[in-house]
Amino acid sequence: MKPGQESKGAAIDLESISKAYGGFKALDGVSLRIEPGEFMTLLGPSGSGKTTTLNVVAGFTDLTSGKLLVGGRNVVGVPAHKRNIGVVFQHYALFPHMSVGRNVAYPLTLRGVDQAERKARVARALDMVKMGDFAHRYPSELSGGQQQRVALARAIVFDPPLLLMDEPLGALDKKLREWLQLEIKRIHRELGTTFVYVTHDQEEALVLSDRIAVFNRGRIEQVGTGRELYDEPTTLFVGRFIGDSTVLRGEARSDGVSTALRIAGETVTAPRRIAGEASPVMLLRPEKLAIRRPGQDAAGTSNRLPGTIAEAIYLGSGSKYEVRLADGSMAIVRTPLTGDSFGLGDKVELCFDGADAKLLADDSSADATLT
Amino acid sequence: MSALEPTTPSVAKRGWVSRPFALTLPALILLAAVIGYPLLTIMVRSLSEPQWGVQNYLWFFGAPVNLTVLQRTFVISAWVTVVCVVCAYPYAYLMTAVGPRVRLVLVLCVLIPFWVSGVVRTLSWVILLQDSGVINSLLRAAGFDGIRLIRTQTGVVIGMAQVLLPFMILPLYSVMKGIDLRLMRAAQSLGARPSRAFFTVYLPLSLPGVYAGAIIVFILALGFYITPALLGGPRSTMLSTLVQTQVLSLLQWGRGGAMGVVLLVTTFVLLALAAPVMRSRYREAGRR
Amino acid sequence: MEMKPLTRVILGLVCLLVAIWLVAPTLVVVPMSFNENKSLAFPPQGFSWQWYLNFVTNPDWMSSFLNSVKVASIVAVLATVLGTLAAFGLDRMKARPANLLRMLMLTPMVVPGVVLAIGIYAVYLDAHLVGTLTGFVLAHTILALPFVLIAVSASLEVFDRRLETAAASLGAGALTAFRTVTLPLILPGILSGLLFAFATSFDEIVVSLFITNPYLKTLPVQIFSSITRDADPTVAAVGTILLFATTILIGGGMLLLGRERKGSQ
Repeated sequence: MKPGQESKGAAIDLESISKAYGGFKALDGVSLRIEPGEFMTLLGPSGSGKTTTLNVVAGFTDLTSGKLLVGGRNVVGVPAHKRNIGVVFQHYALFPHMSVGRNVAYPLTLRGVDQAERKARVARALDMVKMGDFAHRYPSELSGGQQQRVALARAIVFDPPLLLMDEPLGALDKKLREWLQLEIKRIHRELGTTFVYVTHDQEEALVLSDRIAVFNRGRIEQVGTGRELYDEPTTLFVGRFIGDSTVLRGEARSDGVSTALRIAGETVTAPRRIAGEASPVMLLRPEKLAIRRPGQDAAGTSNRLPGTIAEAIYLGSGSKYEVRLADGSMAIVRTPLTGDSFGLGDKVELCFDGADAKLLADDSSADATLT
Repeated sequence: MSALEPTTPSVAKRGWVSRPFALTLPALILLAAVIGYPLLTIMVRSLSEPQWGVQNYLWFFGAPVNLTVLQRTFVISAWVTVVCVVCAYPYAYLMTAVGPRVRLVLVLCVLIPFWVSGVVRTLSWVILLQDSGVINSLLRAAGFDGIRLIRTQTGVVIGMAQVLLPFMILPLYSVMKGIDLRLMRAAQSLGARPSRAFFTVYLPLSLPGVYAGAIIVFILALGFYITPALLGGPRSTMLSTLVQTQVLSLLQWGRGGAMGVVLLVTTFVLLALAAPVMRSRYREAGRR
Repeated sequence: MEMKPLTRVILGLVCLLVAIWLVAPTLVVVPMSFNENKSLAFPPQGFSWQWYLNFVTNPDWMSSFLNSVKVASIVAVLATVLGTLAAFGLDRMKARPANLLRMLMLTPMVVPGVVLAIGIYAVYLDAHLVGTLTGFVLAHTILALPFVLIAVSASLEVFDRRLETAAASLGAGALTAFRTVTLPLILPGILSGLLFAFATSFDEIVVSLFITNPYLKTLPVQIFSSITRDADPTVAAVGTILLFATTILIGGGMLLLGRERKGSQ
C-alpha cells in the first residue's frame, strides 16, 4: 500500500541520534524520517550502525544524544516493554518452553486480552503467516523458516503500529529467503503497518523496500528508493554497495563544465564536474559499459580504454566480463547475448558514454568497509 | 557432510576400536568387585543375619526411634536443599551476568571450598559453631545469649548446606549459561516488564538446573555422614550415623545392613523419579 | 539483560554474603593454626609455629600424610587409565547400551557413603584387605572413576570424530591418528580427570574410616580422629596447608588456562 494519512502505521523521526561506546561512535548524528506505513530498509555492512539504530528504536539501547519520536511521541527513556513495537530477531527468539500458540499468545496475555479474543487473534496471526496448523507444536520441532514465521506472527499479533526486523532471514538458505521476502512484502501490504527492516543484503533491500537508508560507519550515506540509489548514488560508498560497479581513478582535470581523468596514458571525459576539493572518480554501471575488439568502430561512445578479459561468466540472459585495465584495476561489464563473445586473455577496448559516468568524490574508506 | 559422518568410519573397522565394549570391561570388573559385590553382601546380610527372613526390616520400621531418625534425615536434607536453592540461584545468575574478571572470582569462591578437604571444612564449622566459637561470640555481643549451634539441627543444616552448595551452583550455572538472554529482550519487546519477563521466561528455562542441583544435593545430603557426626549431637543423628553405630559398635550387621538398604533404595527411587523431569522436552531448546 | 540499579545492588549483596559463607568459614583454620595453647577455642591466644612443627615431626601425622599421597597418586593413574578407556568405549558404542553402562559407572557418586563403606568393610574383612594399600587403592579408584569418566567424556563429546577420518584420509593409521589427533585434543579432559581422581582419593574419608587400621591411616582419617579425640590445633595447621595448596593449584590452573585460551585466539 502507499504510505498515506489513513495508514495504521506510525511515523518515526530520528533527529541527530548518536550512540557512543566509550570512544567508539556506533551512531554519529543519524537523522531519518520514516513515513507511516512505509517499508524502510536500513542497509549497510556489519558494524555500520544499522542494528544499533534498530535497537535504539526498539528501546534495547539508550542513545547518547538526539531525539527519537515514534508516532509523534518522544520515546527517549521509555523502556522497551512500554513502547508497543513489534520486533523480529534474526535468531527467532521463540520461547522454547512454550508451544507455538502460547508464544503467539504471550503479548496478548501480557495485555490482559480475554481468552476468547486471544484465541481468535492468535489464530488470525498464525493464519496470516500460514502456520495455522502448528499451534500445538514446540519451536524445537520447527524448521528455521517456520520458526521465523511464528516469530513474525508473535510480533504482529498485538497490532503494533511499527514492526522492526533485524536481518530476519539471515540464517535461512537462499530459496527460502526469496520466498519469505515475498511473504513479508505481502504481510506489509495487508497490515499497513510501518516496517523497518535491517539487512546487509542489497538485493534483499531492493526487493522489499519502499525506501532504503544506506549506513556506513555510524552515519547515513543516502536515503532513497532502490532506483535512486542505483542510478544516482551521491557517494562512492553507496554506488559501490548497491549493485555492481566499475570505479575509474586517475589524474583529474576539470575545466568548469567537464572532467577528464588520465588513466595509464588514455584520457576519458565526462560532461560534468563535482563541487569541492575532493578528487573525482568515475563510477559506471556494468550495463553502461561496452567492449569491442581494438580498432573496431565505436560510434556513439566518446571514451575508450584498452584492457584484457580476465574473467568471462555466462549468465544465461547475458554475459558478464571482468576486464583488467592498463592501470591494473578491474572493470565489470554486462553484455546481452546478441553481441560478440570474448575469451580469456582477449585484448579489448572498453567504451562508454561520458554522460553515463557518475562523478563522485573519492573515498578510500569505502574500500576498507566494503572488503 | 553425510558422507563423512563418523558412524562407521573406516579407521574404526580394525584394531582396538572395533570392540568398544572391551574398553569398558576393566572399569566394569572393578565396579562389580568393589561396588556390586559389597552392596550385594549387605543386602544378603540384611536378610540372613542372625537368620534368614525380614526380621531386620520389621525391626527397623517397628522401632519409633528409627523412624524418628529416618524422618529427621529427610527433614534435614530437605532444609539443606532449600537453603542451597535459595542461595545458589542468585549466585549462579550473577555468574552469568558479570564480566569475565568478576566471574573468575565467583568461580574461585565456589571451586576452592569445593576442592578443600571436606573434613577440613567441617573442622572449620566445629571451630565456628562451638559454644566458645566465633558465631556465638558475635551473637552474644548482639544480645542473643545461650543460643546453641553445635550439636543442633540448625548447626548441621548450616554446615551441610555450605559443603553442598557447589553441587547446586555448578549445574544451575551450566543451565543458566545456556539460556539465551536475547529471549528476555524479545519478551520485553512484546510488552513484558523485566520482572514479568523473568518469571515467564527466565525462571521456567532455568528450572531444569534447579531440579538437577536439588536432586543431587538432596541425595548427597541423605547419605551425609561426616558433617552430622562432627556437628550434630544425639538429637540430630542422621541415618548414616545409625548405620555406622549398628555395624561398628554393636556388630549388628543385619540391622545395619537393613538400614543401609533402606537408604540405598530411597536414593535410587528418588533418582528414578527425577530422571524424567530432567529429560523434559525443552531441555536442549533455548540454548545456543 | 538490563537490571534496575536497586535490583543490581540487592543481587550483589546477596551474592557477596553467599561468597563469604562459601569461603570465610574455611579461613578460620588459619588463625587457629598459630594458637599457642592446645585448644581450638576462639579467639586463639598468642602466636606459635609449634603445630606446623608437630605436623612435620609427629610420625602419626607425617605417615598418614605420606600414605595419602601414595594412595592418591596410584589411584589417580589407575582411575585415569580405566576411566579414559571406558570413556572411549562408551563414546564408540551405540547410544542405548552406552547410556546404561554410563549410568552404572556413575553409581559410586550416588551410593550413600556409609552404605558403600559397610559393604566394602564386610568384603575386606573376608579378603583380609582392611588396613592395606591395595584395599585403599581399590576402594578409592572406584570412587574416583566417575569423575574421570565425566571429564574425559565431556571432551570426547566436543571432539569432532571426522578429524580421525580426515587423518586417515591423509594416511594415518588408527593408532597414529589417535596419538597425533585425538589424544592431544582430549588431553585437557584427561588431565582434569587425573586431578579430580587425585583430589577424590586424597579427600576420601567415609570408606577410609571403615577400612583403616592403626597400621595404615590416611590423612583425612587422622584429621577426623584428631577432631573427635582432642582439641589439637595440628588439624588447623594441616587444614591451612591444604587450603593454601588447593588455592594455589586451582588459581594457578585457571590463570594458566585463561592465558592459554587467550593465546590461542
